[in-house]
Amino acid sequence: MAKLYSKQKLAGQSMLPKKETIAFILNYSKALSIKKIGKMSFEIIAN
Amino acid sequence: MANNLISDAVLVKNYIEGDESALSILIERHQSKIYGFIYTKIQDRDICDDVFQDTFIKVIKTLKSKSYNEEGKFLPWVMRIAHNLIIDYFRKSKKMPMQRDNEEYSVFSYLTDTNLNVEDQIILDQVEYDLSRLIDELPDDQKEVLQMRIYQDLSFKEIADATGVSINTALGRMRYALMNLRKVIEKNQIILTN
Repeated sequence: MAKLYSKQKLAGQSMLPKKETIAFILNYSKALSIKKIGKMSFEIIAN
Repeated sequence: MANNLISDAVLVKNYIEGDESALSILIERHQSKIYGFIYTKIQDRDICDDVFQDTFIKVIKTLKSKSYNEEGKFLPWVMRIAHNLIIDYFRKSKKMPMQRDNEEYSVFSYLTDTNLNVEDQIILDQVEYDLSRLIDELPDDQKEVLQMRIYQDLSFKEIADATGVSINTALGRMRYALMNLRKVIEKNQIILTN
């Protein structure tokens, strides 16, 4: 019997970024704090 | 499911006030659309991930510096940032186009390995060994000048000072040394090329 090629989900792969990318963004967000002093702003990354 | 009830505007407000989980919800909610949008322009998953990451770094910086104003909606704003970063990417890649090897062009026709291969190295060692034996056969005064000039890289003035002779004598000895070397090489038909 002919194979049902249409069942293969070739086009159905979800377009999502890598888990590592998301984890990096969330960690970056947690680490970053921006302080404004007068007209200047300082970015502080907690390591 | 409760997350779906909270609007983007509230999540953004919560995030600005320090609720880190709000960002996670926002990313989860919109990642597919944003990533899909980037992928339609750049069909390379690694670069897409980079652009996606840079987009959210800009989002985070803008929100944390409290310079975001809720004029429009969150998603169109993020899409605009992603769009600008995609343009930046194409500008950069235009300046530095990526070259792939094909039949007409190979990067190795421009880049060469200047190191000698094993065979060339053996030949070079042999030539240097032969030459050092020939130099040893020279009269001492000529040999001294030649070694100081070639191997120690001294100037003729320095050689003259070191050997206690005039510069002209040193030059003359060098000349005779080279002439004698040539004579021996021709006489014995020694091949000193690599």
